Amino acid sequence: MATISPTKTPLKKGKPRRGKGPMALSGRDRTVFFLMVAVPTFFHVLLVWVPTLASIFFSFTDWNGIRFDSISFVGLLNYEQIFTVFERDFFQAALNNLVLLVFLFVGPTLFGMLLAYLLDKNLKGGRIYQSVFYTPVVLSLAVVGFMWQSVIYSTENGLATELFGGGEGVNWLGNQDYLIAFSDNLGISKNFIAILVAISWRHAGYIMVLYLAGMKSVDQSLRESAALDGCNEWQAFRHVLFPTLKPINVVVAVITVIEALRAFDIIYVLNTPRRTQVLSILTTNNLLGEGGGNVGRGSAYAVLLFLLCLGFVIWYVTNHYRESEL
Amino acid sequence: MAATTVVGAKKRLTPGRVVLHLFLITTAIVWLVPIVGAVYASFRPFQETVRDGYLSIPDSFTLDNYRNAWEQGDILGKYWNTLLILVPALTLTLFFSSMVAFAASRYSWRFNVGFLVLFTAGNLLPQQIIIQPLFQMYNRTPLPDFLSNSGKLNGSTWGLILIHVAFQSGFCTFVLSNYMKLLPKELNEAAVVDGASVWTTYWRIIMPLTRPALAALATLEFTWIYNDFFWAVVLEQQGDDRPITSSLANLGGEFFTDDNLIAAASVYVAIPTLVVYFALQKHFIAGLTLGANKG
Repeated sequence: MATISPTKTPLKKGKPRRGKGPMALSGRDRTVFFLMVAVPTFFHVLLVWVPTLASIFFSFTDWNGIRFDSISFVGLLNYEQIFTVFERDFFQAALNNLVLLVFLFVGPTLFGMLLAYLLDKNLKGGRIYQSVFYTPVVLSLAVVGFMWQSVIYSTENGLATELFGGGEGVNWLGNQDYLIAFSDNLGISKNFIAILVAISWRHAGYIMVLYLAGMKSVDQSLRESAALDGCNEWQAFRHVLFPTLKPINVVVAVITVIEALRAFDIIYVLNTPRRTQVLSILTTNNLLGEGGGNVGRGSAYAVLLFLLCLGFVIWYVTNHYRESEL
Repeated sequence: MAATTVVGAKKRLTPGRVVLHLFLITTAIVWLVPIVGAVYASFRPFQETVRDGYLSIPDSFTLDNYRNAWEQGDILGKYWNTLLILVPALTLTLFFSSMVAFAASRYSWRFNVGFLVLFTAGNLLPQQIIIQPLFQMYNRTPLPDFLSNSGKLNGSTWGLILIHVAFQSGFCTFVLSNYMKLLPKELNEAAVVDGASVWTTYWRIIMPLTRPALAALATLEFTWIYNDFFWAVVLEQQGDDRPITSSLANLGGEFFTDDNLIAAASVYVAIPTLVVYFALQKHFIAGLTLGANKG
């Protein structure tokens, strides 16, 4: 581990060696090395991982968030309550997250890919189109929310009302009626669709940039040979271009899943009656909002959200580091 | 060769290309509606848009919305709050993550991949699983009065700086280690031969070569930290100390909402990120794709 290997000599296992091990360093260098890793790791672990573990711990308690000596273990009670007493809240929120996820994939993700594909053709003014589609991504989701709320979705005179309202006010953001109902109290509400449209507006540009960068790096000769082989445009995309984009697909999938599960800002802003929940809002409300003080249940919601994300996090991380050398 | 084909393709305006342009132009116009609409509304008196709707020819333009938003929203103060958080948070994030990335990608030791996994996975966690214990932790950490109005880490600028650094360093470590991994390994060996210390190798040799990645990340992180809403809303419960993006949450009145005023405030919030984006577009897009391209 600590030996300095002569350059260009392949080591056992054929892994490239990046440098020598820090154990070979002298005293002072060793201290510096240790501090360079330890200080950032201390903050990251203390403020990210310790709270994460603490949330898992709190989810098995009935803590009210005030005094530590009032903590008592309740086992799985919080989870049990979420799946019974608060069943409606939880399943509706989970459904909304799921709808958001599916919608992001079939809507803006595919559309972003399409835009990238079209802009990859080196059109005149391609840079301008690219800038236009990308601009919403630069804005915070909160600003996006406020812009859509005030100008597009304003009940009496928003642009959406004027264009599609037929002369009458439309309560775009407050309408809790189900567009698609699965049961009496489970379904996709109309105002959630309005929120989805605003989110998509921002998401598509993000996806477009990622794919565009990926497509730009694809070897031009690959495409030319596909054209020579008589592939039509769809075949060339499906069988030549798309497979080479696999690394981008992974990133896009992770970004889309994580964004869908973590979505908070824009829904916080646009969902003014606070009835259309997603898991992140449900968690935050239970922790600090109107229903505040219920650390136990709020943490249980957070843990459920975390478990949903975890699978994708593990998949992505292993996918990335599997081939990494030690 | 390829370049000439491309240029040739650009000049030939086939019917297919015309349709393509029409599609893109239409989409681009639709795409701009919310932003242009917000800017347009922000210059019009509220009474007038209430009367005529947003899709109307204006009788008059006004700067009142901007004036009112500036005063009611204390925009200048909020910009300042943001700056106080953004500058240290951005600097520390890049500094911290570049050190970990350097140690993990330029030296072989037992847990270097483990550390990278820790940071990468940390960056993908939902903020909601962190927030409650963090809030409790901050609430129980006293700070002297000259450091914090609230006397605690909770509600102080420091608290926001710390969580930004801790959370964002996950992504930055990931990106920077991918980048540093690609630098020739002989650099370290040459440094050892020259008797350079670890710090010199980091600061004088590797960091200057990492500049493109740092520039890209700085641009990207600028907007991410600037655009933060969640941390600030929860950890800065007192509206006055909030940075600008989250202070938007205070403007929506409970009983009466002046949409044009909100539009003007949104424009104020959007301007710095738009300026940075258009000035540093190249770095910005490089930043996103650095994260996407496997090292």
